[in-house]
Amino acid sequence: MTLSTELKDIFTKNLRTSGIYIAFVLIIVLFSILTNGLLLSPTNITNIVLQYSYVLILALGMIIVIVAGHIDLSVGSLVALTGAVSAVLVIKHDMPWWVGMLAGIAVGAICGLWQGFWVAYVGIPAFIVTLAGMLLFRGLTYEVLNNVSLSPFPGEYGQIAGGFLNGLLGGYGFDTFTLVIGVIAVAGLVYSQWRNRQGRIKYGQSVESMAMFAGKNVITAIIILWFFWQIATSRGMPIVLIILAVLILGYHTLTTRTVFGRHVYAIGGNLSAAKLSGVNVKKINLWIFINMGLLAGVAGVVFSSRSNGAQPGAGNMFELDAIAACFIGGASTTGGVGRVTGAIVGGLVMAVLSNGMQLMGVGASTQQIVKGIVLLLAVAFDIYNKRRAGATS
Amino acid sequence: MDTTILQMQEITKTFPGVKALDNVNLSVKTGEIHAICGENGAGKSTLMKVLSGVYPHGSYEGQIIFEGEELKASSIKDSEAKGIVIIHQELALVPYLSVAENIFLGNETSRGGFIDWNETNHRAADLLRRVGLDELPITQVGQLGVGKQQLVEIAKALSKNVKLLILDEPTAALNDDDSEHLLNLLRGLREQGITSIIISHKLGEIEDIANTTTIIRDGQSIEALDMADPASNQNRIIRGMVGRELSSRYPDREPKIGDVVFEVRDWSLQHPVQQDRTVVDNASLNVRAGEIVGIAGLMGAGRTELAMSIFGRSYGRYSSGSVLMGGKQVDTSTVEKAIKAGIAYVSEDRKKFGLNLIEDIRVNTTAAGLGKISSNGFVNGNKEIQIAEHYRKSMRIKTPNVMAKVGNLSGGNQQKVVLGKWLHTAPELLILDEPTRGIDVGAKYEIYTIINELAAAGKAVLVISSELPELLGICDRIYTLAYGRMTGQLPVAEATQERLMELMTIEKESTR
Repeated sequence: MTLSTELKDIFTKNLRTSGIYIAFVLIIVLFSILTNGLLLSPTNITNIVLQYSYVLILALGMIIVIVAGHIDLSVGSLVALTGAVSAVLVIKHDMPWWVGMLAGIAVGAICGLWQGFWVAYVGIPAFIVTLAGMLLFRGLTYEVLNNVSLSPFPGEYGQIAGGFLNGLLGGYGFDTFTLVIGVIAVAGLVYSQWRNRQGRIKYGQSVESMAMFAGKNVITAIIILWFFWQIATSRGMPIVLIILAVLILGYHTLTTRTVFGRHVYAIGGNLSAAKLSGVNVKKINLWIFINMGLLAGVAGVVFSSRSNGAQPGAGNMFELDAIAACFIGGASTTGGVGRVTGAIVGGLVMAVLSNGMQLMGVGASTQQIVKGIVLLLAVAFDIYNKRRAGATS
Repeated sequence: MDTTILQMQEITKTFPGVKALDNVNLSVKTGEIHAICGENGAGKSTLMKVLSGVYPHGSYEGQIIFEGEELKASSIKDSEAKGIVIIHQELALVPYLSVAENIFLGNETSRGGFIDWNETNHRAADLLRRVGLDELPITQVGQLGVGKQQLVEIAKALSKNVKLLILDEPTAALNDDDSEHLLNLLRGLREQGITSIIISHKLGEIEDIANTTTIIRDGQSIEALDMADPASNQNRIIRGMVGRELSSRYPDREPKIGDVVFEVRDWSLQHPVQQDRTVVDNASLNVRAGEIVGIAGLMGAGRTELAMSIFGRSYGRYSSGSVLMGGKQVDTSTVEKAIKAGIAYVSEDRKKFGLNLIEDIRVNTTAAGLGKISSNGFVNGNKEIQIAEHYRKSMRIKTPNVMAKVGNLSGGNQQKVVLGKWLHTAPELLILDEPTRGIDVGAKYEIYTIINELAAAGKAVLVISSELPELLGICDRIYTLAYGRMTGQLPVAEATQERLMELMTIEKESTR
């Protein structure tokens, strides 16, 4: 395949997967112009990471739920509940920060187990189970907090979402440690891409042309290095970014390389065929929801750390942000299709949209309208693509 | 009254790659009951879909003359307006609506948009009397048995002033009393001047009720028998249905048969929803190493149900029976355990039960045996590609690589992917359910070759098929299943289509 046809394919054949990246770039360019470059300033980039990390964490669990053909409406309430449990232990009972953190995550996993049981073993649609969970966990949050907000957290707890790894290797107007991490990230990415490509060549699979491969990698490397340079010249490496990066890598691996991941896609792609292939559908569904609960716990801890306390109304509408991120990122409403990378970029699209409009001073009402329309268009695009694919096959 | 109500002339209908109907002629006299007979897949249902407008005018060649005028139906609604109503095997009733609501669904009695319930229920009661159904019009359809639901369908047809009633296998799901009642009703309708076309596998029934029988074979109309002629008996019909020559459509093979690998003892199962309906009744069978064994049976005999029940109880409610592999009893209560015991089941509906159509060949090939290419829960991607490539090549799947989406492949290639998927689990027994359904002749030959290779490698193979020539062409031994019971087994040397068809149509009374 020649480079030009490959480039053409990105905009035609592979539009379903590449469309989101193109849209992401366009949105960034648009808001950079509208905000006179403020969007891409070092401080603001750091800010986006800190402000929207919990949505990205939720999207990691949500994409698995959606690929398997379910939905989870309860994660917003679960973020509130897990944050509240953590806050009560740390603030009221003077427990160390890590006890609160682990307790929050554990409560999330237990709530996930509860919902997974109803979905997998009783056979109630996830929409209903998690709608009930949305009310249930919100009510429990009020109970745990006795209807009042708790704050502030002691110092260490706040570091989870607000802390930076800074000056570990010295600073010269930029943070060396952050840059080293950036270089390692680029090296790791290029190496894994290269190995992948060699593997495919070895097994006689078609690969993209060398020019395309090199071009893609150079562009990604430049973007990553530039991104790390920006945060290095701001406040350094946010701890939450490290958490996020580890989770993204982990879940990308889980969905693409493990038996569990395969089974999730099999269930979403064709439930009957999965059953007749010996997939233990109930067990997989249970674990999907345990995992979602666990990640809601992580998001709850991060969010309570960032807001430096727990409020009964916290996490409102988070579920919708996470769901929207997945669908904008190319997940199919009927299950079986969706990628972790897509969900993350979808989440970032939402983040840049919100952040950009905030910088421009657009009111909250307009922000919601724009986000709603973007979600609608993204799914319309997906359906259009599917119909087109159906017509040609 | 010897006028002709319907003339279908030289109807030809082609699907991509398949000629489903080839110059079919059908002539139905006014006021008769006309039976259509043929093997599964002969084209009976396709012909009725052409007639009822499911396949609109223009999508087929030929002419339909109904009551002296050419019929150009572009939808079911058009043909219904002319008085042609089809009742499908799967009833099209809404279970949560009442009998009256179902009868007038899409055809409501209303004034200014509001339904006139008195009129509706009154007219429904009239229709129910005509079909001899003693139920209130306000009863929910879901609460009625299948037999009564069938009567509701007929009442619905009558409400549309039906002139020609088409029934596709109306008694397949009915017990004897309900069948008898239905047949009597059809006789009654004949008195009232309503013409019926009935598709049925129950030859005894046809002998009883039909005035004329048209036989369809391989998409062609073979002959029309006048049932008043005493020579037109069941055997005569069977001869017409199967009368084709076996040619070299099947690859040669030297069977090398070993010990019994797989045995089922006294397997019984119940319908998943309907209480007390036994789908398979005390079936026993065995397959030896290197042997290809067939199960012959008509639609609804319980072939697929038996296979799916054995394979991890994937159909119905299990009531009794045991499975032995190599002489030892094994647990096949879940699909996982059945696979572990060395059983593989290739479904008759590969799109619904066999493949994940939105994924590629690679993922589908390993879907049932991921454990073999993974360690600690991680899939070895390179090994996976290697295995998928292996099966792509050995099965001669026609794609450049294993990254092709399965949904875009032809039926034959899809079937090869499914076969590869199950071979990857290294089974001792392969159950192949309609392995060549919807596949063109060339690809069929390749599938047969693969089946022969499996047997030559010492696997036990159990083939379920509606096509008797296929079973006779590839099997060493054939079991017959009729109405859920094993009615016989024949070595292939003693089996003929006529002999098998006799065993396949043994109804319950005759064995009692």
